Amino acid sequence: MNELVILPLIIPLAAAGASLAAWGRRRVQRWLAVLGTGGLLVAAIALLVAVRQEGYLVVEVGGWPAPFGIVLVADVLSAIMVVLTGLIGFAVALYSLSTVEARHEAFGYFPLVQILLLGVCGAFLTGDIFNLYVWFEVMLIASFVLLALGGRRSQIEGALKYVTINLIASVMFLVAAGILYGLTGTLNMADIALRLDALPAPGLQTALAMLFLVAFGIKAAVFPLFFWLPASYHTPPAAVSALFAGLLTKVGVYALLRTFTLVFDNDAEFTHTLILIIAGLTMITGVLGALAQREVRRILSFLIIAGVGYMLMGIGLFSVLAITAAVFYLIHDMVVKTNLFLLGGVIRRITGSYELARSGGLYAGYPALAVLFLVPALSLAGVPPFSGFMAKLGLVQAGLADGQFLIVGVALAVSLVTLLSMGRIWQEAFWKRLPEGTSTDVQAPGRQLLRLSQLPIAMLALITVGIGIFGQPVFELAQAAALQLLEPAAYIEAVLGVQP
Amino acid sequence: MEFVLAILVGGLFAAGLYTILRRSIVRIAIGLVLLGHAANLLIFTAARLTRYAAPIVPAGAETVTQPVADPLPQAMILTAIVISFGVLVFALVLIRRVYSVVGSDDVDSLTTTDRPDE
Repeated sequence: MNELVILPLIIPLAAAGASLAAWGRRRVQRWLAVLGTGGLLVAAIALLVAVRQEGYLVVEVGGWPAPFGIVLVADVLSAIMVVLTGLIGFAVALYSLSTVEARHEAFGYFPLVQILLLGVCGAFLTGDIFNLYVWFEVMLIASFVLLALGGRRSQIEGALKYVTINLIASVMFLVAAGILYGLTGTLNMADIALRLDALPAPGLQTALAMLFLVAFGIKAAVFPLFFWLPASYHTPPAAVSALFAGLLTKVGVYALLRTFTLVFDNDAEFTHTLILIIAGLTMITGVLGALAQREVRRILSFLIIAGVGYMLMGIGLFSVLAITAAVFYLIHDMVVKTNLFLLGGVIRRITGSYELARSGGLYAGYPALAVLFLVPALSLAGVPPFSGFMAKLGLVQAGLADGQFLIVGVALAVSLVTLLSMGRIWQEAFWKRLPEGTSTDVQAPGRQLLRLSQLPIAMLALITVGIGIFGQPVFELAQAAALQLLEPAAYIEAVLGVQP
Repeated sequence: MEFVLAILVGGLFAAGLYTILRRSIVRIAIGLVLLGHAANLLIFTAARLTRYAAPIVPAGAETVTQPVADPLPQAMILTAIVISFGVLVFALVLIRRVYSVVGSDDVDSLTTTDRPDE
């Protein structure tokens, strides 16, 4: 069964290699992309089923026993994240078929997407802190090139800002990993957790926790470290923004979730209260930033930040219900954000602009598209029966149970303002009359492609509705992940084979 | 020796941060290089400085017979150097592109991403 842990790494790697070998043959590369991401999705679902049946799956790479070698560990959270990676990769690959331009494909768009997926899956599956750094870098270098691919002025400028801040985050991560190694003499996360508990230096541990918080906080775009995100996410092609929106910040959130439940849970009074404060500020800045914007993808970029705030709220509250709700939110948010960015791309295709002032009339011309937009939009705002409602309900309940009324109030208010932002896109792009001198008529050859590009959007919208209506099994899945996260002893025993 | 290296690491971090905060894009790249060096030296120092032998098991023995140096931090640093080298090359190409597209080396002229889409 343990081979299942390696498959989500081998499939994108093989697809990337094959895709590189087929350089210049567009049709082959396209089918490889769909095949590779589809295969990843299937392998990930198999992994999730296996993890649910057997508990932790651990692979010691190269046969070196833990804690000396690198281990890959799949628990319920990792498996869920890999499934979502496969799903988003698949949706984006389908969307790319009809939208990616030849000049992007010519410079290796499809192999880069596979390498990005490889880095993301690796980050979700590794049980080694330095290996996590390496997977982060794999993911980053692929994202650097994807961001700059095409070479428009705004893209190049956005890429420079993105690259600089992410490299600083990498240095912080490296420093934190180095000091952690100096303190514990090991890189295996389970072993680190075991040894830190026995170490008499609580002050140094908290300082280290803060270094990791900053390093992962930059990747996750939390307040006040988020400035790179709204400066870059609206510049690349729609498929690339959708991929980034769904995956990259969530890897940062996953890393926070992992380290602050497994490794740094000794000084929860301080660290998790700080995370809770950051969560509130992240939500508020995100949603206010979204209100100030007048362009589809910029609004959505700020809403990514607000969404990260909700997940941090779950980590900060640090109870079974709160972590469950955070995982549920993660599942909901990855699907919905990807979908909204894909929809932004379709709006641009039809009206010729991401600017809300220059679009309109979509409800009259494309009623089916309007329905497809309403599903993720209402879900993001937390309107029942969609997925966002369950996620926010869980977080609010967890906050009330903990007596943290302030953060609950912030979460509810932010939710309301999110509805306002979504309402603005709806009003401007769909409801309002077309501005003078523009048209929403797509010429005949484009119409077929436009219909094809709505296929992944419909798929993701269906999943959003499904998560909302069949919330119970998804909630139970998230709860299984949360119970494992809050039981580090079981993780340590699975990896090292010793009782802590 | 740890003391000297600690001061050096601190100095490199300070120099790197200062250089990154300058307005010239090329200096940002130089600052990133300095920060990378600081991080590598920090790992080297944090993992203890020792005068032991190389970690090689002598012929015929099952384990090492004398105290040996820890090879893992060096492996980490080597990995980090390779990664930062690759990333730096990309950053330099990107800076070259920025200069040819924007026509300036001043970060204050990079405002396209904050203006409405044309």
